[in-house]
Amino acid sequence: MDIFIQQILNGLVLGSIYALIALGYTMVYGIMGLINFAHGEVVMVGGMVTVSVVSALMAAGLGLPPLALILIGLMVAVAACMLLGFTIERVAYRPLRKAQRLAPLITAIGVSIVLQQLAILVWGRNYIPFPPILDHDVIQIFGASITRLQMVIIVLCLAIMGGLLLVVEKTKLGRAMRATSQNPAVAGLMGVNVNTIISATFVIGSALGAIAGLMVATNYEQVHYYMGFMIGLKAFTAAVLGGIGNLAGAVAGGILLGIIESLGAGYIGDLTGGFLGSHYQDIFAFAVLIVVLIFRPSGLLGEKMADRA
Amino acid sequence: MNTMTKQPASAKKVATFVASAIVLAVLPFIVGGTFGNSWVRTLDFALLYVMLALGLNIVVGFAGLLDLGFIAFYAVGAYTFGLLASPHFSLDMPFWITLPLGALFAAMFGVMLGTPVLKLKGDYLAIVTLGFGEIIRIFLNNLNAPVNLTNGPQGINLITPIEVAGFSFGKPHEFFGITFNGVYMYYYLFLALTVLVVIMAWRLQHSRIGRAWVAMREDDIAAAAMGINIRNIKLLAFALGALSGGVAGGLFASFQGFISPESFGLLESIMILAMVVLGGMGNIPGVILGAVVLTVVPEVLRDVIGPLQMATFGKMIIDPENARMLLFGLALVVMMLVRPEGMLPSKRRKAEFEDAKEGV
Amino acid sequence: MAEVLLKIDGIVKRFGGLVALSEVGLTINKGEIYGLIGPNGAGKTTLFNVLTGLYMPDEGSFTFNGQNLFRAKPHVVVGAGIARTFQNIRLFKEMTALENVMVGRHIRSKAGALGAVLRDPRTMAEERAIRDKAMELLAYVGITEVAHEFAKNLSYGHQRRLEIARALATEPKLLALDEPAAGMNPRETEELKALMEKIRASGVTVLLIEHDVKLMMGLCDRIAVLDYGKKIAEGVPEVVRRDPKVIEAYLGVAHE
Repeated sequence: MDIFIQQILNGLVLGSIYALIALGYTMVYGIMGLINFAHGEVVMVGGMVTVSVVSALMAAGLGLPPLALILIGLMVAVAACMLLGFTIERVAYRPLRKAQRLAPLITAIGVSIVLQQLAILVWGRNYIPFPPILDHDVIQIFGASITRLQMVIIVLCLAIMGGLLLVVEKTKLGRAMRATSQNPAVAGLMGVNVNTIISATFVIGSALGAIAGLMVATNYEQVHYYMGFMIGLKAFTAAVLGGIGNLAGAVAGGILLGIIESLGAGYIGDLTGGFLGSHYQDIFAFAVLIVVLIFRPSGLLGEKMADRA
Repeated sequence: MNTMTKQPASAKKVATFVASAIVLAVLPFIVGGTFGNSWVRTLDFALLYVMLALGLNIVVGFAGLLDLGFIAFYAVGAYTFGLLASPHFSLDMPFWITLPLGALFAAMFGVMLGTPVLKLKGDYLAIVTLGFGEIIRIFLNNLNAPVNLTNGPQGINLITPIEVAGFSFGKPHEFFGITFNGVYMYYYLFLALTVLVVIMAWRLQHSRIGRAWVAMREDDIAAAAMGINIRNIKLLAFALGALSGGVAGGLFASFQGFISPESFGLLESIMILAMVVLGGMGNIPGVILGAVVLTVVPEVLRDVIGPLQMATFGKMIIDPENARMLLFGLALVVMMLVRPEGMLPSKRRKAEFEDAKEGV
Repeated sequence: MAEVLLKIDGIVKRFGGLVALSEVGLTINKGEIYGLIGPNGAGKTTLFNVLTGLYMPDEGSFTFNGQNLFRAKPHVVVGAGIARTFQNIRLFKEMTALENVMVGRHIRSKAGALGAVLRDPRTMAEERAIRDKAMELLAYVGITEVAHEFAKNLSYGHQRRLEIARALATEPKLLALDEPAAGMNPRETEELKALMEKIRASGVTVLLIEHDVKLMMGLCDRIAVLDYGKKIAEGVPEVVRRDPKVIEAYLGVAHE
């Protein structure tokens, strides 16, 4: 039972990070019908920049408290990622908006590779440890333990996601975004500047990605040029699981996937009589993805697509 | 146009055919003599990739099914060969069993992958196939315990080279007093098989089956309404593509003598897809060109980037491997922006891309 | 007594909560031109899609030429002998006219992947036969001169004819045409009428959806009228025309 609660807690931490990244995928997909393959790399850049800034500030010896260090690092990372997201859309996707679907997918893969290679160029191929400023206090809940940091991750993720939902539901920008996702042409006729809205979507999604990058970095206490790939793929799975294009769905899908994954990793050994071990953890996300797409391609919260001739 | 109706071969065609046959026959000697044997090895790889890309082209180019996990079939072919002809299980089966068996297994995996994804299209299909490819790789990486099936990340070593009637392609041979390295032997073997794959792909394209694929790619509802069994024709594309991938995988295993999960990652799948797309999806000469360019150019860059930097800056500013991949990523982006239909597109594809531009 | 070719009974088709067809039944006899009319949104195209296998009906029965086609896959329906065209022309745009018709021969030919690769004499003979038949059909609908053009480059009238040729290539017993005269000028409509008479004379039964009630009255042997997913009348044109329910259905939408 303790293992069960422990895995649920681990799943919640992982899941809220997935959810945050999944929002980036789902927002872009909702508005442009495009899988932004490079979003995982934005997360990676967010993590990398934070670590670099924090390390640099510490080396400068200003004696700032850890929270200030992380906040400054995060602010720089968010700014960098917003710029990055804006640029990616401008350079790689906007010219292809009318092209066949294959073209933007290939460009997205190209952008992904370029960002990874640039990361190698700047930060090298090795794992970079997070500077030793993280708090490791553990809280006990029902016999399971969770660090305070992980609690912060969960709470912060939920707060940010709530904020985003408010923006989309209540503000003028949100209304324009929803209109664009319904029908860009009509939204354009109604005076919505579709280009601005698409840019804004990328920028907001990238900002969330940067925050997620920091969380991944603090949770695993290291960063790496390839860290965005797997987590991006899983977050995409989460978005599909919840119903791609649906914000609440992305959140639900992310948390659910996180829990499925931790429970799966915790119990796969028992389930298969020791044949498969916890290093098969990554398989769960793909298995979930495949099962969802086959049985309910519209996702858990997505609208059922009508069959049309 | 239809090529099945026999036309008298014009003198020009015959001349082109003879000339290209001669060039292909002497190519390894020119390349090997000028740049050394490692470049003949690159040629061998180029031929392997031509086979792989032509296989993927059946799935992506002909049938229009976006597959980002194609390397899985290559892996299935390679591991079938490797496991049945290496000290790992102390087996030494001849290639005429291992190679067809690998192709068969790969085709079965193709159908296995194809069946659940029949209703998926475009990006979704791409992501699911990507997931499938990763699952295969994760299994290859971890199936060394509790029963050692794949030997995990260490891979399979000492795989038997292909041997025909006591003639091993892996060892140097002497003809007319000249010793030929194994890479030369394999060149001719791969060339022969590549020619077969080209003929196969070409004939499929210009057949009843090929027409059904195009019809399905262009409008699957109209195709169904014309009596095409969409499920079967899709699975056939997956199976035939996987079959070619499986053959290439077996050849790869015997040629390298060593395989490990590392050779079958996502990047390889992307590379093969890039060969098809940058070459000219659906057009066999284009795909061949794409495969050759994307095999040879990175090798050239590997040799050029380092010395070039030393000569210009006097030091290494950017690691050649890094630079190579950076250029590859940039090439993907730039190519899609400038010439999305590829270097040598088919007439049909070109028309499709024009439609897309006009927003039809 | 006329021989029944197609018979459906109690066909129900729902989309979510919406009932698009409710208990529709009709019979089509061999050799006739059968018309299906009704106001916009009456369920004509839905019924058409059910009859050609693109939609799976939820309830009812469907027999054709003695074969049970209830919830059959499209290729089975085509194999049984029903071929169709589409209201908003669905040709294979980047295939030539000839290739389009050759695709229509798919169901009546057999060569598989192995035959395609080996090119054995039988496959080659079949391929020649496919081509010859396709050319013959292009001539039949009168568009031989554009055989090697991409379908998308054909004129509108030619595209309509090509779609009919492609459907005929499947050797249908019943040819189902979804608003074939839509967007045609009077001369083209007359030519189309002549083509349909010619097809019927060759022994193929024709099912027709058309908006142009006048055209239908002059052309069809029998007509069924749909309204709100229900069949409200069926019979020879003279009787249907005077049916009060039909008049009401049409007047009901006339001032919309």
